[in-house]
Amino acid sequence: MSSTPDVPNQGFRLSQLVYDTRYRSLTIQTVTLILVLLGFGWLINNTVQNLQDLGKDFNFGFLWNRAGYDIGQLPIPYTNDSTHARAALVGLINTLWVSLLGCAAATVLGIFVGVLRLSHNWLIARLMTVYVEVFRNIPVLLWILISLAVLTEVSPQPRDFKINPETGVAKAEMILFDTVAVTNRYTAIPAGSFTRGIDPIETPLAPISVNFLIVAAIVAASIWANRKLLANATKVQELTGRRPVTWWKSLLILFGPLIAALVVMGFEMHAPELKGFNFSGGTNVSNALVALWLGLTLYTAAFIAEIVRAGIMAISKGQTEAAFALGLRPNRTMKLVVLPQALRVIVPPLISQYLNLTKNSSLAIAVGYADLRATLGGTTLNQTGRELESILLMMLIYLMISLTISGVMNLYNRSVKLKER
Amino acid sequence: MKKSVLFGTLAVAGLMAGAASADTLAEVKARGELNCGVNQGLVGFAAPDANGNWTGFDVAVCKAVAAAVLGDPTKVKYVATSGQTRFTALSSGEVDLLARNTTWTFSRDTDLKLDFVGVNYYDGQGFMVRKDLGVTSAKELDGATVCIQTGTTTELNLADFFKANNMSYQPVTVDSNAEGEQQYIAGACDAYTTDISGLAATRAAFADPDNHVILPEVISKEPLGPAVRHGDSNWGDIVMWTLNALIAAEEYGVTSANVEELAKGTQNPEINRLLGVEGDLGAMIGLDKEWAKHAIMAGGNYGEIFAANIGEATPIGLARGLNAQWTQGGLLYSPPFR
Repeated sequence: MSSTPDVPNQGFRLSQLVYDTRYRSLTIQTVTLILVLLGFGWLINNTVQNLQDLGKDFNFGFLWNRAGYDIGQLPIPYTNDSTHARAALVGLINTLWVSLLGCAAATVLGIFVGVLRLSHNWLIARLMTVYVEVFRNIPVLLWILISLAVLTEVSPQPRDFKINPETGVAKAEMILFDTVAVTNRYTAIPAGSFTRGIDPIETPLAPISVNFLIVAAIVAASIWANRKLLANATKVQELTGRRPVTWWKSLLILFGPLIAALVVMGFEMHAPELKGFNFSGGTNVSNALVALWLGLTLYTAAFIAEIVRAGIMAISKGQTEAAFALGLRPNRTMKLVVLPQALRVIVPPLISQYLNLTKNSSLAIAVGYADLRATLGGTTLNQTGRELESILLMMLIYLMISLTISGVMNLYNRSVKLKER
Repeated sequence: MKKSVLFGTLAVAGLMAGAASADTLAEVKARGELNCGVNQGLVGFAAPDANGNWTGFDVAVCKAVAAAVLGDPTKVKYVATSGQTRFTALSSGEVDLLARNTTWTFSRDTDLKLDFVGVNYYDGQGFMVRKDLGVTSAKELDGATVCIQTGTTTELNLADFFKANNMSYQPVTVDSNAEGEQQYIAGACDAYTTDISGLAATRAAFADPDNHVILPEVISKEPLGPAVRHGDSNWGDIVMWTLNALIAAEEYGVTSANVEELAKGTQNPEINRLLGVEGDLGAMIGLDKEWAKHAIMAGGNYGEIFAANIGEATPIGLARGLNAQWTQGGLLYSPPFR
């Protein structure tokens, strides 16, 4: 009865590219691709042409020239005789360092605030709401600047610690038994050293402290041994119903070898001392780092708090009620039941916040912290006049940092996400 | 149709690339306005006053060039540039002229493809400290914290000076003079270093200028001058000779007060040539006869500009020193107008 008339086979016509739904999407994609390529081609052509007109070349040779400038915060040895590449490396390490500190602190603070915002205590919950709304709605640069302004304005200058010969007192005093000096430039804290230690291994990148490695290895081994001990105690408890006394063994394992090693290597702490214009002998934690870290942390923690709150609220109330029915207290319910499930929701947006924090750290120059943007993208760029090379290199490095963070966090996400079989 | 799009795009690309190198003089004339890169705010050199009008020693160069080229010293658009953005602003064409207390150095003149056309202020780098610090020489600054503007030659001089004297220091990098001022006042650094003229200008803006001293050491040569893009020699000539006209005007006693009178003709052929009474020097650089007269009328000769903006009668209080005429023992020396 019903018959489909045969489609007359007319062969391929050009108009089919537009009117035939079989080919149309292909046509659109091809045209878009060509336009995008043309756009890139134009950009590159324009750049090459303009560089030629200006008589400039494009090469990265400047990276191996003497930098000639000094940097305030030095994680690895660097002098003004080092190369621009090393200056960039110093900046990179500073960027990574403040990002790491920022991510860690923002996560802790964010989880804390996010959980407390759901508290049944009216006052605490409202306070946390105020915190979140205030911090996430004001640009992070302002938080960084105000952090520095507060640190600079409220604390005394290093020379205020000098004892006035006429009155016999100083304008400012060190705290914590004369070991820590809070100044408007840095906080001077005691530093440790080994009198009978082993000399560090020199590498082209940075000297590696053998003493530090030994201490780190001992601490790691102690923690591992302690976990073995506790696991063993649990096993005994499960078998016999009685848990053996472990606290003194734990203490001995955790601190015994460490203290012994420190004594053998002749560890001592030096309190910072005011010499000339500044404190020396200890470690000076610069206010630029603290201000940047504080600004980034407070700002990002507000976002993380909201992510944590969303994650917790995504877990159905039935889970909490079931846990309560089993007699778990609210704290344990949160720790054992809600948070492990909430992490699945929390981790993916958390990655974005880590990336944001890392990228926001490029605001460091505002407070004089020597990050990648301040060294490679700041002074090096200016002294060499290699704008294009410096900016491209900097973009590449930030891209690599971000992709690495993404990659690592995605691995973590895979480990906490719902296992479906 | 697709083909025409392709060719259209290529044609546009070609046009845009071609537009990058054009005649600056023609561009400025067509625009009717000179884009001049100046400091974001350094009292005496370039800073907007209470009414938002830019004034200062560097600003006067912009005005003189605008007057010479366009006949009107007010036809200037001031672009505030930082130590970091100034060269990009010039080489990208955002400004036609950079008059921003910029040091003339070899690599800037060659590698950065700029052309410095002269020196409008012979400066040197120095240090400013609080008086109650009791420091009388820069050699006593071992271990000090020093505020330094990033992206300047002073950053390199500072490193060299401390290295040469075997001293150590802690740099605090700041992005602008304003930030440096704030950090220095708050005591976040013991010393502030930049060109001595800049220190004097900064100090003049303090609430207590008497409590700060500029140390006697001058640790570098800083010839500050206007710069233009490399490759447009005619435009470079215009700026160079406008500056020379201001300097020569002081040498020959041509002032903003008597320039009208002298332009009617004098006994001195050099003045006559300068003011366009005799010959037509302006035509040789593509300007009208009275270009130099307009430039001098804009803010007076070099000496008048100096006295009005940074001289001893102003809060900045700089002496002429090296910046006196060669006849007075200084370094200012304009080649002859002939």
